[in-house]
Amino acid sequence: MKADIRKITVQLDETLSEMGEAVSPPTRRAVACAVIANPFAGRFERDLTALTDIGAELGDLLTKRCLAALGIEGGRAESFGKAAIVGEGGELEHAAAILHPKMGTPVRAALTKGPALIPSAKKMGGLGAAIDVPLGHKDAAYVRSHFDAVEARVPDAPRRGEIVVAIAITDSGRPHPRIGGLTKGEIKGEDGLR
Amino acid sequence: MTLIDIRRICTVTEEVFRETGPAPGHVLRRAAVMAVLTNPFAGRYEPDILPMMEALKAPGLAMAKRCIDALGGDPKAVAGYGKGAIVGEAGELEHGALWHVPGGYAMRELLGDARAIVPSTKKVGGPGARLDVPITHINASYVRSHFDAMEVGVPGHPRSDELVYVLVMTTGARIHERVGGLTPEQISVWDGQR
Repeated sequence: MKADIRKITVQLDETLSEMGEAVSPPTRRAVACAVIANPFAGRFERDLTALTDIGAELGDLLTKRCLAALGIEGGRAESFGKAAIVGEGGELEHAAAILHPKMGTPVRAALTKGPALIPSAKKMGGLGAAIDVPLGHKDAAYVRSHFDAVEARVPDAPRRGEIVVAIAITDSGRPHPRIGGLTKGEIKGEDGLR
Repeated sequence: MTLIDIRRICTVTEEVFRETGPAPGHVLRRAAVMAVLTNPFAGRYEPDILPMMEALKAPGLAMAKRCIDALGGDPKAVAGYGKGAIVGEAGELEHGALWHVPGGYAMRELLGDARAIVPSTKKVGGPGARLDVPITHINASYVRSHFDAMEVGVPGHPRSDELVYVLVMTTGARIHERVGGLTPEQISVWDGQR
């Protein structure tokens, strides 16, 4: 089943300075959201295959929208995250069906690699609900400079029969990371953790 | 004193395929560019704020260019526009009013022959405050199909000593416009209204 997409939003967030300290080069985070019809709104459906397929479709689509907004090749992406907000006619498991079984593979394909777990968040929500999409380095989950989150929200969604699906991609970490830990220069990139 | 210090730039694009009705076969695009600036007048009453209005001309043009680019890069594709400002709590509403001239004229300059006054709104608000930016047709304010508004905001901003200046552009009418009134084809007076 193809996603019935009502709307797509893309946000590019560039931080040039923080507390008077220049951020050079600016940190940049992109978030792409798709507002889709929830095929299972209003009823209990045991088989959520349609939503897992939609997860794969949107993994590809939204990742590419983020890369286009950042103006970079997939290999230059540094961190990623994903999230979904389910309108009140659905259930939390619908978000899980989109996000977890099949979304990751096309995301990683678009980024050329990305062995780390894609951090995720999900919730039920009404129109304009915001979700903080967690971010982590795509090659090593323990890279401390890239632990972050970016807020995603679509003012007129989700309606009760809709789901907002978000993917966030960055080409950088936090603006002024200085709490130590694993750095991106130390990444081995084999096990997804370090 | 530095009048222009841009801390962050956030660009949002929306592609609207349909709302609850059938997809009309074309896509409505809307874009907003939000710049977070240091408010050089925060925390005090400054009688003469006009130098900043002049200084905002160049960043205004750069933001208008970004907005057109977010819609695909063709100024001729732009059909609606609006602007707005959110002033952090150590500033005053009048600091938001500084945006009227440079914001409006930047868009009209890049769009060529745009006749209509640029609709606007402004407020004093805290971090994450949202603003509904009004939108009208670029050549005739009374074109009913293009009356719209776009909700914008930058998570975490404005801080008390910041300003958020916003430009919004769209490529067309509301996605299911059907309340009659003046249409773009009927513009005949070219006075910016009809």
